[in-house]
Amino acid sequence: MKALRDVFGDTLVSLAGTNKNVVVLDADLANSTKADKFAKAYPDRFLQMGIAEQNFVGVAVGLASVGFVPWLSTFTIFFTHRAIDPIRMLVAQTKANVKLGAAYAGLLTGLTGKTHQDVEDIAIMRAMPDMTVLAPADAIEGEAIIRWATEYQGPVYLRLARDASANVFDQSYRFVPGKTISLRDGGDVLLISTGPQSVRCLQAAEALHGQGISAGVLHVPSIKPVNKEEIVSASEKVKLVITVEEHSIYGGLGGMVAEILSEAAPRRVVRFGIEDRWGESAPNDYLLDLFEMSPARLSERIKKVVGGR
Amino acid sequence: MSTKTDYQELEALARRGRWLAISTVAKSGAGHVGGPFSAMDMLIALYFRVMNVKPEEPRWSDRDRFVLSKGHSSIGQYVVMALRGFLPVEELKTFDKGGSRLQGHPDVTKLPGLDTSTGSLGQGLSVGLGFALGARMRGQKFHTFVMLGDGELQEGMVWEALHVAPRYKLGNLTAILDWNGLQQFGWVLAINEQHRGDRRDPWAGIDLRGIFEKLGWRCIEINGHDFSQIIPALESAKAAGDSEQPTMIVAHTIKGKGVHFTEGKHEWHSKIATKEELEVIAKELNIEEAIV
Repeated sequence: MKALRDVFGDTLVSLAGTNKNVVVLDADLANSTKADKFAKAYPDRFLQMGIAEQNFVGVAVGLASVGFVPWLSTFTIFFTHRAIDPIRMLVAQTKANVKLGAAYAGLLTGLTGKTHQDVEDIAIMRAMPDMTVLAPADAIEGEAIIRWATEYQGPVYLRLARDASANVFDQSYRFVPGKTISLRDGGDVLLISTGPQSVRCLQAAEALHGQGISAGVLHVPSIKPVNKEEIVSASEKVKLVITVEEHSIYGGLGGMVAEILSEAAPRRVVRFGIEDRWGESAPNDYLLDLFEMSPARLSERIKKVVGGR
Repeated sequence: MSTKTDYQELEALARRGRWLAISTVAKSGAGHVGGPFSAMDMLIALYFRVMNVKPEEPRWSDRDRFVLSKGHSSIGQYVVMALRGFLPVEELKTFDKGGSRLQGHPDVTKLPGLDTSTGSLGQGLSVGLGFALGARMRGQKFHTFVMLGDGELQEGMVWEALHVAPRYKLGNLTAILDWNGLQQFGWVLAINEQHRGDRRDPWAGIDLRGIFEKLGWRCIEINGHDFSQIIPALESAKAAGDSEQPTMIVAHTIKGKGVHFTEGKHEWHSKIATKEELEVIAKELNIEEAIV
């Protein structure tokens, strides 16, 4: 197990040795996001841009236009809420080769509270044409996605959680944009999730197995693009689909699954997530219980939904 | 060295540019006039004298870069690019029409020769900073020019870039402030003061030059309609490309400059000239082509 922010710093250092075009722009949070590892290894390619996130997006677009591959590093919230206009006009609308390394994604932001908990980012970013939106579950997938995004020509939004999650993938993992990954088969209910929440879904499904409920888990690391047919075919095997995400139930993964299934394979879709409210400062375990995202609370809630069908 | 004769040629180009801008907007039924007119002389100077560009090879990697951060003046840039040979003058007719390369605001994905997209104000200087920083890191010698509006300077993002550029000692970056003193709707003044209704003074009483200098910019203050001041200022900025200070050209301009009834009139921020007005304008700008 390795914290995803460490994966971010280490992977950038590792790939920058061969890809000389990689540069990292920081908005004064490098020691939090672990971009400081890159600063130490490649001081000439680490560009401190200060506490000014709109500008650093624009600078990255200029750098990309002369052939660099800029990785921007700051908290999720400062991309999707503070710098969204330059991200929209300068990055997405011009298809600039800029990578948005969105750290501290979701609820678990290290005791920062609702100001820093971005639970609207998927909804915002997936609505944007030409944007790729990716959310890895564990360290291995995180590294694979960062490597893929660096080679891909075009804008990428990397939704990266702060902390570690249990490993679900091994070294044979290979990231394919759009592809969903079945982590577990099950006949009663299909859990669809993204990011490290997929790991907690898997743990909940394992617990439910002992209680006579067969829950499948489909992991969606690539929110945009996404292979709709895979979502449909996985869902067609069950009568009930539950989406689970560290995000608002509006417009995120749950919204996306509901959109896809209502058109192609109508069935009951229940969305678990943040229900139109803000978070608060608290340890991770407290927040996961509060929002019913911990494996224990999640399995209880799933049981209720399955039983009340 | 430029000569008086040169300036006469540039002045003629600027008159033609203004004519093409206002007549294109009139035909299209939408667009801006005041801003393109205040910027026109400097755009002509950049494209015809100062910038190292190849219209036949618009993506040439060593070209000087230009960002029209005040993107709503797009028609001004399009007509100058057309006069310079980046696109046929005929194509101006397609401005703002469906399927056109000439979008309401400059779109880098559509028109070769543009260096980025603009439109939402306040963002161009940051991209220019990226070009300049990238050139330094790559060892490329091109120069980057960014034109800003004075109203646009109210956007906070501009100040982020104004603060960062001097830290990176980007002598290869030049900002040009088109200080025409008018904005679209303007300020309601303090309680008990009458709104003057003239949209004046986006920066009333503020010593912008002093602020830029304190932030670390080298400032050159000019009349933005006088080629004998514009050309030396731009050439001096470009010559300072290897220096450790970005340049800010503070250009005093007149919105709607060039036609007596559009000058200094906020109404002409985005107004459509009538057929009768176009006839007067053509005469005043010495244009002989037929008015459609």
